[in-house]
Amino acid sequence: MIRTSGPLVEVAELTVRYGAATALDRVSLTVGVGELVALVGPNGAGKSTLVDTLSGILVPASGSVTVRGRLAHVPEGRQVFGDLSVEDNLRLGGWRIGERDTAAVYAVLPALTELRRRRAGLLSGGEQQMVAVGRALMSRPDVLVIDELSLGLAPLVVADLVRHLRELNAWRGVAVLLIEQNARLALDLCSRAYVLEAGRIVAEGTSAELAASSLVSDAYLGGVVVDGE
Amino acid sequence: MANELAGYVITGLGTGCGFALVGSGLVAIYRVTRVVNFAQGTFAVIGAMCASSLLSVLPHGIAEPLAVLAVALVGLLVGFVAIGRPGTTPQAALIVTLGLAIFAYAVVVLVWGDQPRSFAGVPGAVTVLDGRVQSHYLLVIGVTVPVFAGMALFFGHTDLGRALTACASNPYAARVIGIDVRRMGLLAFAIGGALGALAGVLLTPVQQITFDSDVTLIVNGFAAAVLGGLTRPAVTLAGGLLLGVTQALVAGYGNAAHQTEIALGLMLAVMIGRAARRPAALEEPT
Repeated sequence: MIRTSGPLVEVAELTVRYGAATALDRVSLTVGVGELVALVGPNGAGKSTLVDTLSGILVPASGSVTVRGRLAHVPEGRQVFGDLSVEDNLRLGGWRIGERDTAAVYAVLPALTELRRRRAGLLSGGEQQMVAVGRALMSRPDVLVIDELSLGLAPLVVADLVRHLRELNAWRGVAVLLIEQNARLALDLCSRAYVLEAGRIVAEGTSAELAASSLVSDAYLGGVVVDGE
Repeated sequence: MANELAGYVITGLGTGCGFALVGSGLVAIYRVTRVVNFAQGTFAVIGAMCASSLLSVLPHGIAEPLAVLAVALVGLLVGFVAIGRPGTTPQAALIVTLGLAIFAYAVVVLVWGDQPRSFAGVPGAVTVLDGRVQSHYLLVIGVTVPVFAGMALFFGHTDLGRALTACASNPYAARVIGIDVRRMGLLAFAIGGALGALAGVLLTPVQQITFDSDVTLIVNGFAAAVLGGLTRPAVTLAGGLLLGVTQALVAGYGNAAHQTEIALGLMLAVMIGRAARRPAALEEPT
């Protein structure tokens, strides 16, 4: 773990545009060392745009993104390398830092051990999500940015993944920025959260505060059933 | 009759190796960039021309590998022009490679003239199963097989090969984990250039090459590659060999004027047969 003076991730007044359309409008957020932070919001709010900007795939129109330490990205829809084995998926996760030893990841996610020779594209959604998390862990991140952890997964599978994230956070001090449509899950796991709507942060605070606020409880917790479709 | 057959088959295997090399160059580039490189036959022509020039000052065994290396650089250059600009679609890049292939005609004619060129390969002939075969065809086969084996090792068992495969499998995820997809695309073009040049260098001693020889090579190479969905080198090798042997047999026992048409017709039949046997959705690149 690294020692820093400021937060691990600091997004300040970030604006991202796709041509004339503004996807993110002066968004600011922080993730501190070892912190679990959620970003909730409906489809099309700009959550994935924010993630892609954090990992350098999109370039901001204005504002700044500061990442102190290593950031790894678990993309929406898992995005495993379907043609490659689980082992090869993990090894590629270490590409950026030249890490090839996968043993540490199997120690954290033992369920992957027996799948290591299997082709990732043929695994279940939950197994693929675990591969995606493991691949991200290969780059020894200080912060994991997870885009839609629960999407399309059964509740039991999600619960298992959440348990692993808690362990990673508690044992290794890995910070997490969790981007979720399932607000109940996000607020349950994380200590702090932001609400993104139409490209703007409309609310922020501790998970308890947000869960209690009428804005969040009416829009995100009221009718939402905790499952993954 | 029997002695002729062995000769035709080995000759066909040799020619087929050339098609397979051109085809595998297409595959190397397509897998990573989704671009069908129409300049692939051009790499073979330029490789052969370079080798013929280098051979006037350098001995065999040095001139040929140098020509292959030189065309790897040409491949890199073609890659820069085709996919160097961020945001270029594979369709646009395809047209760029077609343009470059035509432009290359002018360059080749300007530098090497429009007359057929050849150079000596392995001299003499050997007897295989009572059939006489030009020895050079055995060299062609003897080089191609390890090259394909090496490619399989490279793509499956090295970090760089895995990264190239990752770009082919999921370009978005490749960028997410920090792989420079554009740079990998350029590397694929360089590999494609080397493979194309190798085909040209190997085939020229047994088949004269002219500035427009790329058409035959790309048509056959593409047919071989498309058999494997443009993504599978091993199937491309099989396809290339099938094409080469069919053409040699048609030319040997029938009419050489129709060898390409008949071989491509057979390829079409094989592909229709394969498509009928299993749904396209189940086809997975390896």
